[in-house]
Amino acid sequence: MSVETERSSTESDVSGLDYEETALTLGIPGGARATGAELERKRGFSRTVDLTSRIGASEDRSDESPDTNTAGSAKAPAPKARVVGWPPVRNYRKNALKSSNKYVKVAVDGAPYLRKVDLEAYGGYEELLSALQEMFSCFTIRNYPNEERKLVDPIHGTEYVPTYEDKDGDWMLVGDVPWKMFVDACKRLRLMKSSEATNLGLILLLLNSLLFELERRSSACFIIIFFSLSFLFV
Amino acid sequence: MKVQSAMFYFPEEVIEHIFSFLTHHPDRNTVSTVCKAWYKIERLSRREVFVGNCYAIRPDRAAARFPGLRSLTLKGKPHFADFDLVPPDWGGLAGPWIEAMARSCPNLEELRMKRMVVSDESLELLAHAFPNFKALVLVSCEGFSTDGLAAVARSCKSLRELDLQENEIEDRGPRWLNSFPDMCTSLVSLNFACLKGEVNLKSLERLVCRSPNLKCLRLNRAVPVETLAKIMNQCPNLEDLGTGSLLADQFSEAYVSLISALQKCKKLRCLSGFWDASPLCLLAVYPICANLTGLNLSYAPTVQGQDFINLIQHCVKLLRLWVLDSVGDKGLAVVASACKELQELRVFPSDLFAAGPATVTEEGLVAISTGCPKLNSLLYFCHSMTNSALITVSKNCPNFTRFRLCILEPRKPDPATNEPLDEGFGAVVKTCKNLRRFSISGLLTDQVFYYIGKYAKALEMLSIAFAGDTDQGMTYVLNGCKNLRKLEIRDCPFGDGALLADVTKYETMRSLWMSSCDISLRGCKALATKMPSLNVEIINEWEAEMEENLNNGVAEVISNNNNKHINNGNDERKVEKLYVYRTVGGPRTDAPDFVWTL
Repeated sequence: MSVETERSSTESDVSGLDYEETALTLGIPGGARATGAELERKRGFSRTVDLTSRIGASEDRSDESPDTNTAGSAKAPAPKARVVGWPPVRNYRKNALKSSNKYVKVAVDGAPYLRKVDLEAYGGYEELLSALQEMFSCFTIRNYPNEERKLVDPIHGTEYVPTYEDKDGDWMLVGDVPWKMFVDACKRLRLMKSSEATNLGLILLLLNSLLFELERRSSACFIIIFFSLSFLFV
Repeated sequence: MKVQSAMFYFPEEVIEHIFSFLTHHPDRNTVSTVCKAWYKIERLSRREVFVGNCYAIRPDRAAARFPGLRSLTLKGKPHFADFDLVPPDWGGLAGPWIEAMARSCPNLEELRMKRMVVSDESLELLAHAFPNFKALVLVSCEGFSTDGLAAVARSCKSLRELDLQENEIEDRGPRWLNSFPDMCTSLVSLNFACLKGEVNLKSLERLVCRSPNLKCLRLNRAVPVETLAKIMNQCPNLEDLGTGSLLADQFSEAYVSLISALQKCKKLRCLSGFWDASPLCLLAVYPICANLTGLNLSYAPTVQGQDFINLIQHCVKLLRLWVLDSVGDKGLAVVASACKELQELRVFPSDLFAAGPATVTEEGLVAISTGCPKLNSLLYFCHSMTNSALITVSKNCPNFTRFRLCILEPRKPDPATNEPLDEGFGAVVKTCKNLRRFSISGLLTDQVFYYIGKYAKALEMLSIAFAGDTDQGMTYVLNGCKNLRKLEIRDCPFGDGALLADVTKYETMRSLWMSSCDISLRGCKALATKMPSLNVEIINEWEAEMEENLNNGVAEVISNNNNKHINNGNDERKVEKLYVYRTVGGPRTDAPDFVWTL
């Protein structure tokens, strides 16, 4: 299969669904697109999963329905069909026995050593941020009206923005994607000083809008600009 | 004549005193129906109320009837909600009950709830409304966080019992433990094993130090061995312990102090927890095994093979044992030889999809039945079962009151003969005359239901999945089981004929659940029409279907009026989930959109 075909399907997936649905919301309320995007998000997610697990696969994936995508990317070999609620074991017990402990390093800009947290121990972003707050006990959580969450060191007034490195090695803002998706994708956490994060955010914002514009133009042009900007960013 | 008229002048206090000897609530329910005088005396002197279905009566009415209420037990969602068969937001809200009690029963001391949705606000209200509140027991509940627990800890001055079993609790940090005031010394039982997050260890140690009456303490996974040892040194009178994480280094101070602490606890009878247990920590437990009556290893996948055998062979007085199937038939054989007093056994699956090799089989169960004739309660998950094994088991243990067998693969026949398991389960109902709870699985025809209807006269709760051939199966059960209270069925070919075979039967039962069966809207409507004293509720996915059509531009905008859905013509539609229950409270006022009361 030619490299060209793979790239074009990647591009259409990325710019068509993933990018909009998981786009950073720094300063841009996503309200207008929320309802329509809600249903799309589920299918978008399954395509993302498929994308990350099958990059380099030979077939043309763009025609497959979302259902087969999710089925294909299921982790266990599972030769037998899974029935809802069978075997009759309470969720609490199922979750307690799951040996998955997802420990990730947590770095705080300026702290001498790192900590580790088990992401599986938390039910959502709220719990995680509370735990980080306890751990680096000098912080309090401040909620911003546009739903960003930041940790604040009350003594010096420095704000920290929670970010994480995902499977692709990109640094993302914590809180944009559904919790489960985040747990799956997160490799490590970093509490970044807000001043640095703003710069990061601005650059990514720029990237975002540039790429959106370029979507309509040739794919080659898009790739060149994408790479040059990412050099800037790194 | 004279004797008869004397009865009418029997002082109320005397009757009340006589009633005080009636503790079994069905008995109290019965005496209240004798006459108005007895109804009044009974209701004013009633201290404990059990409501098996929170929608069977309006909270206000219950609270008004029993103003002297001290202890309330409530059950909310249907049992199959434990297995994701009931959508979230179905109901089972504790709020209205707590509010009603706060208005009318200020002397409430104990609240026990199972499968209900409790909010932090309700827990706040609870904490402030009942000055004598002593015991809160929540099993399989959800909807609250550690903030709610903090409210209870902070404000319930004479709290004796806080028991959280297998709840989904949002963890908002470890500070809730600090909320127990310094003057709180009344704790007898504390169980927070189901909390997922960190715990403030210093607070925990201090709390234990100032609770001399502590008899039951169940810690969560976040509590390390060091803290456990410190705690146990503080309460040598502990009778029931749930350990935290049992990982320790052989030469660590923690391990050494754990051993000495455990040896001091002469009264320890029940052990659970064993999270991440290392074989070394198990060694520390051996000295107390001989006195144990209860042991729960079902959250300890690390305890298997020889480690398990070494542990269990000391437990000669064991009455209740919960394990994972990773102990294998071999482990169960050792249980059979060591635990001669065993009454209850639960074997849970460690691998939910039967993808690996078989761990426990019918051999393990037969061994247990041979070695432990006093066994009366069983929950057994296995890969396969044979008729001959079941027949042997029932011969060896005729005292079963609870028998639940779950073969992991639906509709699996007897592997030795390729036949259905009708004869095996039939043998159980024939021999066990006191059977009150029964769950069956594997390949089953109508014949097993014939046996159940004919022999299971004491049966109160029956759970069926992937079984039966025709409506006749369900009909046998409805006609034959005189004491049936709860019937729950999933994925069986029972249709409207079975549903409507004996409609008055449902008035004698607490509830009926049917999902993924063959019933239609027409049948459910007929039931609702014939029996106005029942709530006939259907849970359906048609709403979601309509919405999808809407998004695709196929359907028009729907009005929110449920009647439009129900009466838009197609009564032949299959009903995915049906929940029928008797009630004096009328249709639910808090039913969500997807629940339709017919």
